[in-house]
Amino acid sequence: MKGGGERPPVTYTTFQARDLGGDTAELVKKNIKEAVERFKPKTLLVGESCTAELIQDQPGALAKGMGFDMPIVNLELPAYSKKENWGASETFYQLTRTLLKDKVSSLEKISSVRWKELGRRPKVNILGPSLLGFRCRDDVIEIQRILSEQGIDTNVVAPLGASPDDIERLIDAEINICLYQEIAGTSCEWLKRNFGMEYTNIIPIGIKNTIEFINEVHKKLDLALTNKEELEHKSKLPWYSKSVDSNYLTGKRVFIFGDGTHAIAAAKIAKEELGFEVVGLGTYSREMARQVRATAKNLNVEALITNNYLEVEDAIKKAAPELVLGTQMERHSAKRLGIPCSVISTPMHVQDVPARYSPQMGWEGANVIFDDWVHPLMMGLEEHLIDMFKHDFEFVDGHQSHLGHTATKIKDCINPDEKNDKNNKEGIIWTESGRAELTKVPFFVRGKVKTNTEKYAILRGIPEISDETLYDAKAYFS
Amino acid sequence: MSKVDFNKETGPREVFCGLTSIVWLHRRMPDAFFLVVGSRTCAHLIQSAAGVMIFAEPRFGTAILEEKDLAGLADAHEELDRVVNDLVARRPEIKTLFLVGSCPSEVIKLDLATVAEKLNKRFLGQVRFVNYSGSGIETTFTQGEDGALKALIPLMDSSNEEKLLLVGTLANNVEDRFKKIFKNLGISNIESFPPRQSTELPKIGKNTKVLLTQPYLSDTVRDLKHRGCEIISAPFPLGIEGSTKWFLAAAKAFKISELKVHEIISPLINRAKLALDSHKEILKGKRLFLLPESQLEISLARFLHNECEMDLIEVGTPYLNKDLMKEEINLLPDNTKIVEGQHVEKQLDRVRESNPDLVVCGMGLANPLEAEGISTKWSIEMVFSPIHGIDQAADLAGLFSKPLKRNQILTSKTLVTQ
Repeated sequence: MKGGGERPPVTYTTFQARDLGGDTAELVKKNIKEAVERFKPKTLLVGESCTAELIQDQPGALAKGMGFDMPIVNLELPAYSKKENWGASETFYQLTRTLLKDKVSSLEKISSVRWKELGRRPKVNILGPSLLGFRCRDDVIEIQRILSEQGIDTNVVAPLGASPDDIERLIDAEINICLYQEIAGTSCEWLKRNFGMEYTNIIPIGIKNTIEFINEVHKKLDLALTNKEELEHKSKLPWYSKSVDSNYLTGKRVFIFGDGTHAIAAAKIAKEELGFEVVGLGTYSREMARQVRATAKNLNVEALITNNYLEVEDAIKKAAPELVLGTQMERHSAKRLGIPCSVISTPMHVQDVPARYSPQMGWEGANVIFDDWVHPLMMGLEEHLIDMFKHDFEFVDGHQSHLGHTATKIKDCINPDEKNDKNNKEGIIWTESGRAELTKVPFFVRGKVKTNTEKYAILRGIPEISDETLYDAKAYFS
Repeated sequence: MSKVDFNKETGPREVFCGLTSIVWLHRRMPDAFFLVVGSRTCAHLIQSAAGVMIFAEPRFGTAILEEKDLAGLADAHEELDRVVNDLVARRPEIKTLFLVGSCPSEVIKLDLATVAEKLNKRFLGQVRFVNYSGSGIETTFTQGEDGALKALIPLMDSSNEEKLLLVGTLANNVEDRFKKIFKNLGISNIESFPPRQSTELPKIGKNTKVLLTQPYLSDTVRDLKHRGCEIISAPFPLGIEGSTKWFLAAAKAFKISELKVHEIISPLINRAKLALDSHKEILKGKRLFLLPESQLEISLARFLHNECEMDLIEVGTPYLNKDLMKEEINLLPDNTKIVEGQHVEKQLDRVRESNPDLVVCGMGLANPLEAEGISTKWSIEMVFSPIHGIDQAADLAGLFSKPLKRNQILTSKTLVTQ
């Protein structure tokens, strides 16, 4: 679980066609033995790939019968029914269980206020972050910083960067911070059942959630929250959001899709902290479908629970949002549909793993979210200026450079060949005045205005579109 | 055959499976669709190996086997039917649909040949179905192309017309260059396999002279021979030397004089040598370790040693067909160490011990080796870049000189502060 550049300590058995006729179990054992000699692990995790599952050698059981003295975790990750987050969660759970199960009976339950008796600062574990999780590297730093400001120490961060020794030390803390339910939920629940360790439920993404999270941690630890007022001013998001420059954000239609944790948090921020209108919400995390449905219900939208990206694309098309918050797949869908997009969740691309510090959680996370979500949009003032200057001769559609003005005419979005022709199949004609008015519409919405006006004309049985028809349609659709 | 040192190794492999070849095959034949019948892991592999993550709707996809499909083959067939119906309805422009087997589909013995046969009857005149296996149990990386081409051979009509058939996927611009040069040599009837349109398959027969452009097509070659084709024995057209001998071999098969060949390609050779010089300056005397991946390793080693003066530490190849590689092996320096197969851990031990200047390897190993201070070149780039022919020799060398150049820039001036 190292985060450096080195090759992770992972090896595998490669079957070739000729092996399948023979004793594949022997081959597996030979590889396990070699791996143990080479890597000298403190703990051995043995799992099956999709194909190994079909061959049924049960490598975990084989490894356990080989007489090694290190703990062995037998991973059963049914590849044909479960997906990656389930696998990560199950692996983390099995690892925690294997390394800690012997300590269950010998210990009385861990009280979340025992730090007082022990005469030290309270200690917590941060559970859930992983190397390939969305911005986890920076979220961990941000959350540790926030906790430490409140006088709370971090005991262990896992699985990101943790060793088997660290897992064994989990019970030195009072409570667990569950930062990512998809991966740490099962382990947190097991630690609660067996050791009595409480865990947090609030994910500190967004200002409100971060404040609620800090409250929750204090309540669980029975620690007095002394800087309540201060917390409201820790992030710049509220100031930016309330600034008059952000007026144009009001009611922007946003479509949200991602893992459960990030999608739910995004919906809350979009609605309550940025003033957007959430027009779609969904997740591929079936394990969190219930929570996502509940959030969607509060927003009066229907939750989309699917792992078919084409279904998501269809839903985006129907919802006609002005901004998409999604995974890498939605970035592509949004690009195809010509809608701005910001990525909020895995699966992601290397470009979503920035070199700079850019968490999603905590105060700085809220700042990052404001920038990342708002930058893909064209600013209100910019929209206004384009509208003001569009009749100037220097202005060229799609070419707003200050250098080298080459064209001097605004292009008409109606093809010149079509002029005076019946230019669509319903036989609607654009008159001179209608066409002139259409050129005055900002280019980035001109296509939409044209379609809407024609739709209106068909609806009303109007054969010729004049400037007045255009305004009638505008009023009709607004 | 020169005195090379042949070795075999087995163990854990770090080589892509044959499914990966879909990445370039679907681009070569835009009217074909590749439907993998496999697990989520297979779907993940081709989607991320393709790197494209789907800007346009791609011409490949996966019918994902689920728990219920494993329980009864009837369910698996039903699921496959559903996906195919959906696909044919949604993508009317698809003319050939490849059903591609994977490790799981092979292990549960899903009979894709029978499925293809049934579908061919149902969609007669609309879409053709063929099947092959890209399973990692049977194939590595480029062998997927071998399987796909072999699957197309039964669809090719017979003809006794004399022709030159270039076999193996080439970049379109390289293919055009080759055809122009062959025409100048006096060979006018030239076709390519795979063609640019899956429906325009070349006709083959006893007067078809096959010239391979890629070294990984053992099964395809065998079936072409069965159809009566003559296989022209030659090294592969990588680098000036390989390409020259390749043109000469083709000319000989068409009874065109060597003199004529030299007359036409000398100007190309001269300018290619000039272009190669700046790369040679960087590569000369540098020590090279090639890990197995694309089966291009032996040809690359020959080029990088003979024309760029690199020293060869070890030449890995996932599979070695000594017959097909005969001409290449003859051109290697004596005592070249060739290792067929892989035990990735042991091989990495040898990489570290030998302290190479450059390692050619798969993507999974490149970043860890770079972190250890070893310069690397991703082997997957060889199958995406136009590297064949005399005109591309310098570009091919450039793929290897670039990481060394970059390493020099970054370590000597920018990133080391002490």
